[in-house]
Amino acid sequence: MIRILSRDVALAVRAGGGFGLSLAFFLIVVVLVPFGVGPETAVLAPIAPGILWLGALLACLLSLDRVFALDREDGALDLLATAPVPLEGVALAKAGAHWLTTGLPLSLAAPFLAVLLGLPAPGHLWLAVSLLVGTPALSLIGTFGAALTVGLKRGGLLLSLLVLPLYVPTLIFGADVARRGAEGLALGPPLALLGAVTAGCVALLPFATAAALRVSLR
Amino acid sequence: MQTEMSLWSYANPTRFMATTRPLLPWLSALAAACLVVGLVWGFFFTPDDYRQGSTVKIIYLHVPSALMAINAWFMMLVASLIWLIRRHHVSALAAKAAAPVGVTMTLVALVTGAVWGSPMWGTWWAWDPRLTSFLILFLFYLGYMALWAAIEDPDTAADLTSVLCLVGSVFAVLSRYAVNFWNQGLHQGASLSLDKEENVADVFYIPLLVCIAGFVLLFVALVLARTRTEIRARRLHALQLRERMA
Repeated sequence: MIRILSRDVALAVRAGGGFGLSLAFFLIVVVLVPFGVGPETAVLAPIAPGILWLGALLACLLSLDRVFALDREDGALDLLATAPVPLEGVALAKAGAHWLTTGLPLSLAAPFLAVLLGLPAPGHLWLAVSLLVGTPALSLIGTFGAALTVGLKRGGLLLSLLVLPLYVPTLIFGADVARRGAEGLALGPPLALLGAVTAGCVALLPFATAAALRVSLR
Repeated sequence: MQTEMSLWSYANPTRFMATTRPLLPWLSALAAACLVVGLVWGFFFTPDDYRQGSTVKIIYLHVPSALMAINAWFMMLVASLIWLIRRHHVSALAAKAAAPVGVTMTLVALVTGAVWGSPMWGTWWAWDPRLTSFLILFLFYLGYMALWAAIEDPDTAADLTSVLCLVGSVFAVLSRYAVNFWNQGLHQGASLSLDKEENVADVFYIPLLVCIAGFVLLFVALVLARTRTEIRARRLHALQLRERMA
């Protein structure tokens, strides 16, 4: 599992892996928002947590179709399926690699982009924390969606349609943590619920992903 | 040879077709009768509400369709489980057949709610937990149907959509509670419940029950008809394949 994880991370980080793409996409989304709603801090600051969470969520979505598709094209996925590691472990490792190459950098970059949107300083830390806790769930759900659509010719758009409704609970709790952090309110309950969603996804979704992969590889 | 009769014997497509063929016209007629009686009674022979006026009568479309929108998804969940566990093709096809009916029910509930909300709440749409949950349910239906449409091999499609239905059900329930957490509601509490005293006065209640029965029957009849069509389509496909092989 560790080897699959490090292999995937290496593939993503090296040239042609598209590692920087999701970060660049995140930056562009955040830069475009003031053009849409106006540059006043009074407008931007209240919506900043939501915008940053939405931007991170969409940036996560971008790299999802690569999770299994490339391995399927060159046959590596068939080898992984016959490897001694259970397919559930492969699914978890794949999600972990996806998180390390998108969720983690997005979470670390978000406070800097929050400055652009005029988010009050105490909110920066909680924004990063909420993203760190929430993005693993996004990667796991996304990996499940990628497993459902891996055999399809035009899976990309369908993947978004399948995955985005599943992102609703994570987005609600995550953006709420970031918003309460910025306003200095108590944020225990949403943070705990966000952690619960992520923990539930870690526990259950690898099995669903593996089940979908077995069908797709049949 | 001993033949054991059980519910599972209807999983045989031939048996399913033979049983449902005489049943379907009766079911359809009963559904139509219930709907006509319930709606005419509800629309023309019940008094106006003292506060809501005549707008209260949209309840006869709104409540049954909302009820069936959720129950249709629940039926798809059960059918998906049966397919995954026992591999009965009729079950998978019934789940496929129920989705467009369910999505229509969801749409009817959303639209009638908006039509009622416009004069009563002063807005077509509010980000109320119940309304939002229904919109999310609508998106789940769309994703489920899109996945069915995208996969060519029918068994693969049945497997993948079933897995999606299971995961989607968990997330649908989760979303319902997340949305409750996120915003306080404008929508009134449940109109009907099994364990509490009713919120609906008797004059409105009885035609409402007739309408609900009509919607349930309509749903069953539509799903049966659509499942029969799916089975016929599969047979036709098999025949064409065989012809091409020969």
